[in-house]
Amino acid sequence: MDNKFVVSSSPHIRHSESVQSVMTDVLIALFPVAVMAVLLFGYKALITMIISVVTAMLVEAVWLRKGNIFGDGSAAVTGLLFAMVLPPSPPWWLVVAGAASAIIIGKQVFGGIGYNIFNPALVGRAIVVVSWGGHMAGRIWSQPEPFNFMADISAVTTASPLAGQEEALAVSLTQLFVGNVAGCLGETSALALLLGGIWLYYKGHIDWRIPVGFIGVVFLMGVIFGGGFYSGHLLTGLFHVLAGGVMLGALFMATDMVTTPVTPAGKLIFGIGCGLITMLIRFWGTLPEGVTFAILIMNAVTPIIDRFTVPQQFGGVKKSA
Amino acid sequence: MGSMVFKGGVHPDYHKDLTAELAVSTMKAPSTVVIPLQQHIGAPCEPLEGIEEGARVKMGQKIADSSGFVSAPIHASVSGTIKKIGPYNHPLGRPVTAITIESDGLDEWDENVKAAGDIESLSVEELRKVIREAGIVGLGGATFPAHVKLSPPPEKKIDYVIINGAECEPYLTADHRVMLESPSDIVYGLKVMIKALGAEKGVIGIEDNKSDAIKALEEAVADEESITVARLHTKYPQGAEKMLIQVTTGRKVPSGGLPLEVGVVNHNVGTAVAITRAIREGKPLIERVVTVTGAGVNQPANLMVRVGTLVSEVLEACGGLKEDTRKLIAGGPMMGLAQPSADIPVIKGTSGILALTDLDVSITESSPCIRCAKCVDSCPVQLLPTSIAQAAENGLFKQADKLHAMDCFECGCCSYVCPSKIPLTQWIRIAKAEISKAKNK
Repeated sequence: MDNKFVVSSSPHIRHSESVQSVMTDVLIALFPVAVMAVLLFGYKALITMIISVVTAMLVEAVWLRKGNIFGDGSAAVTGLLFAMVLPPSPPWWLVVAGAASAIIIGKQVFGGIGYNIFNPALVGRAIVVVSWGGHMAGRIWSQPEPFNFMADISAVTTASPLAGQEEALAVSLTQLFVGNVAGCLGETSALALLLGGIWLYYKGHIDWRIPVGFIGVVFLMGVIFGGGFYSGHLLTGLFHVLAGGVMLGALFMATDMVTTPVTPAGKLIFGIGCGLITMLIRFWGTLPEGVTFAILIMNAVTPIIDRFTVPQQFGGVKKSA
Repeated sequence: MGSMVFKGGVHPDYHKDLTAELAVSTMKAPSTVVIPLQQHIGAPCEPLEGIEEGARVKMGQKIADSSGFVSAPIHASVSGTIKKIGPYNHPLGRPVTAITIESDGLDEWDENVKAAGDIESLSVEELRKVIREAGIVGLGGATFPAHVKLSPPPEKKIDYVIINGAECEPYLTADHRVMLESPSDIVYGLKVMIKALGAEKGVIGIEDNKSDAIKALEEAVADEESITVARLHTKYPQGAEKMLIQVTTGRKVPSGGLPLEVGVVNHNVGTAVAITRAIREGKPLIERVVTVTGAGVNQPANLMVRVGTLVSEVLEACGGLKEDTRKLIAGGPMMGLAQPSADIPVIKGTSGILALTDLDVSITESSPCIRCAKCVDSCPVQLLPTSIAQAAENGLFKQADKLHAMDCFECGCCSYVCPSKIPLTQWIRIAKAEISKAKNK
């Protein structure tokens, strides 16, 4: 018996999970959000998502010169997430330009998956916000028309609940929770986002610290500084959590693995930082919403956070100096 | 007790059902044994006077020893004639001097093999001496000489002796069978250790996926006031020293320190049985229970095997290997060592022989780290495997040291969970080797 066997370093067995299966799980988590977007905004939302996902996958495949368009699935995730932070029916060229920028400038120029510093979908969004502000801000938000698949949503436009405090009053918290309000394609329904978030948590792909830190700070600052109808009331905090992009940001963007800390304490700090900057922008900035830039800023400081939050090893003693 | 859970760890597929129900059977002694002179952590042994090619030895006869304190003597596992003394393949990788004995088939015991006495009649010093002379080492796989662990510096007060019956490595069932088949010997061995250490309490820790073993040992300790059985959560690496001590006593072994610094000594169940045999029957450690398993083995088994039996012969006794066997491992799949060939002897630390097939061994290219932090969450000693591996990959070994690479005991959890299939444990091993090298300069 002189068989020659494969020799390698232990361990000799591996978990079946792969990058592709993780990315597939994220797509599954986004499924309820996508379904809700179509229920609320009709076929135009579906078209926006398709253009974005296909563009992202194609651009990445061409960039990497590979035949397998789905690949590790990360481009599809970026494409779908980018669609989620667009208005429900933007011009098709804006979607293409943004999705392509997300992949190229957000990810590939840094060296591809794992090496990018900023959340690619949010890089895409930042680029289209800066480049075509007229399509991305102001009074262009389509009012949802639930259960009307053929709805021509661009006919009726309104402001996002965060655009002004007086309009915000008109929106009930229940509507906000379900998502029957004007806003980005995938950000309005807290219900659908929570379902997806729970799935990701169940699969072990997100840590509780980032969403809890993020949402917690938004809630607290909302209660303390929030004005308008619910001023000084706990419900103001809830309004700030449910309105705008906090739920989408906290559950899907700030939990992006590549661009957030790996240490447990770092994750909590990251979440708290996102919440803080979001609220600073909402209350005292010139933009109505701050989730995108809050996360991008925190992405930039992620390496520093990781560096200063190395956990105490088992049986280790804290150095006094 | 036993409700505590350590941080981190993983839940691999255990595959223990292949052999868990199979009672230990004794493998027929081979016609030739190859006995390496290094089967323990510490100083290698030298052949004793008169042990040379052509000499006749009896079973249980001491054939090699060392003057080093941290060492354990080696005994002949058959009676017969020494054919050769020279280098031979060794499960740890590099060839080691070994004594090849051709058996006369008589299994004639050496006249020195006789009962030494019992717990009551032997003094602490005598107990330690019997254990040393019997060549007993840690049978869980670490092979640390048992008598050394039972001779702590006098200023260290030991109050707990923990018997490790966790057997958290997938596939392996040798300890499980020993617990089912020799519970009273384990308890006796534990009492010897308690006496040798002047300890107060004994705890036998067993993972809760082995309820039958827990029951057997609970019955065996029913009349023992100072010994308890701890039901442990089933999670790899529950059997790692630091984890086991934490969940059974609540104490944390300090970083870089030994269990005795928190008043604890632990031993494997197999070691406890070997000590019992040495005290009661005078038998040195010349055989051990080996789990021969994996999808590549035709007839998986738990076998009592003579030390020095070639793995190829053990596999033949188990119906041989299947065609699609890709990997042969000495030990379990998480921490065992892959072997290039079956032409190696079973040594004192061989707890398992595992044959994995193409299906089990997915050899995939690794892709860049996606910073998912699953390795961080899985690390039982709270390291940042991805950061240490990255430092090692870039040759930044000082940085790896700052990230406590030396605290890694190479359980393999990080590599196991990594979705990018990065060999994190291997990188950390490289970092550890480089850090040690730099420190020893």
